[in-house]
Amino acid sequence: MSLIDSLPRVRGLRLPRADALVQWLVPLCIILVWQLACVTGFVPVRVLPAPSDVALAGWKLLLSGELARNIWVSFWRAGIGFVIGGGIGFAFGLVNGLSQLSNRLTDTTLQMVRNIPHLALIPLVILWFGIDEEAKLFLVALGVFFPIYLNTLHGIRTVDPQLIEMGRIYGMSNSELFRRVIFPGALPSIFVGLRFALGIMWLTLIVAETIAASSGLGYMAMQAREFMQIDVVVLSILIYALLGKLADSASRVLERLTLSWHPAFQKS
Amino acid sequence: MQQALRSGVLDAEPVDRVEPRVEQARLAREREVAASRGLPLTIRGLRKSFGGNEVLRGIDLHIPAGQFVAVVGQSGCGKSTLLRLIAGLETIDAGTISFGAETRAEDVRVMFQEPRLLPWARVLSNVEVGLGRDRAAPDAQRRAEQALAEVGLDDKRGQWPATLSGGQKQRVALARALVSHPRVLAFDEPLGALDALTRISMQRLLERVWHDQAFTAILVTHDVAEAVALADRVLVIAEGRVAHDIQVDIARPRRRGSAELAALEGSILRELLQSADDATEL
Repeated sequence: MSLIDSLPRVRGLRLPRADALVQWLVPLCIILVWQLACVTGFVPVRVLPAPSDVALAGWKLLLSGELARNIWVSFWRAGIGFVIGGGIGFAFGLVNGLSQLSNRLTDTTLQMVRNIPHLALIPLVILWFGIDEEAKLFLVALGVFFPIYLNTLHGIRTVDPQLIEMGRIYGMSNSELFRRVIFPGALPSIFVGLRFALGIMWLTLIVAETIAASSGLGYMAMQAREFMQIDVVVLSILIYALLGKLADSASRVLERLTLSWHPAFQKS
Repeated sequence: MQQALRSGVLDAEPVDRVEPRVEQARLAREREVAASRGLPLTIRGLRKSFGGNEVLRGIDLHIPAGQFVAVVGQSGCGKSTLLRLIAGLETIDAGTISFGAETRAEDVRVMFQEPRLLPWARVLSNVEVGLGRDRAAPDAQRRAEQALAEVGLDDKRGQWPATLSGGQKQRVALARALVSHPRVLAFDEPLGALDALTRISMQRLLERVWHDQAFTAILVTHDVAEAVALADRVLVIAEGRVAHDIQVDIARPRRRGSAELAALEGSILRELLQSADDATEL
């Protein structure tokens, strides 16, 4: 029985319109300067196509359906890989945070594996899986595992022991203690891990798709390079930037929804 | 029941009028204590050590039901350990603590120096935590609202704890401790982190809820003035034992800064300093 639902909604959720626009001012200016530089011939079109050309290339690809298909493939890979790797990382973080035994058993191993750059496994992964979907999913999952694992573990470990003692005094069962004290206390740290993981997710996917794929945004860029379609190369880079921003915004919204109690989210 | 308790005291008044004021107050208190819903507390040969260091070296103590006892002593004398043992937060090495009746977990509550509120739960939810096993009961919310009203914060029920002042947070913590109507309430320096003015108003609040709810109160404090202002009895703990057991027979409501209180405070402070000197000589 939670009271939270019946109480007035938090102010922090409403995004002021002016603020939302201000953040796009700088990207907009960059595009304007870029367009000007191309139109005046300051930057040769062979080096960098004008934004308008990039937009045109995007429009063409959109009409052919190729763009949507590639974005969807990349999005799907990122999502599934993230859910698998993040899920396992979260589970390990929870278990190792709550159980000394499990932590002693697995933490050293995980810390060793963590220090291997996961992209260094690409040759091995290609040998294992070829250029099939598994290869990309494996790499993305491995990449997002560690930030989620480490931050979940850290979050649970740093929950105020005085609050845990309080929960025990007031007769909370283990599950109640977890639900009402430990998990909410670890949440800010879990979100830090989530945002790190989202960044790593895109990075891993781009690299993996560029090296070993037959579809997806990275593949689209590599293929365009073969045919000297520099506008498509630039287009895929811009799309990566947008998707990265989208993922970050999504995690921020989630953060605002769940951490509305936090003093940092109570202003504005 | 509280109604009956109060009218009992009123009925007794004409008879007491002949007696001196102090004596009258003491008798009234004793009658109140007898009718109290608080639990008596008996401690026998209580010992506790931490890693070879014996903190409590045999405490023997009887606290009648409904009495307000203050425990003072130098830091490290074991007063907080005593309170944690009474509250069941530590295991007993030797000796016994008995409450004279079967107790539920909800009968004994503790309030700490830190409010220990859940920052992610609104004020009312935080108070509901105090209901213990009754949290799921249909009247949980009403009881939490009542407890919150008792500490004068009914208008803050929908707030996050982060928006409250230090004194308000401590009042929410008090409401959380009171909501299960405990029969023993242990305070571990509950006002230690508050500023002087907030402290005084909190002391009045503590005295009022203790009077209204008639629980047995055990207050650990380093502030002797606070101890004599609130308590029926002051225990001085030194070297893990009860060094002095002082009755405070001053009528309530007590006036802060009165000569009587100041004199008693002075004599207790002298005893504290004396035991401190003894400790350094050893």
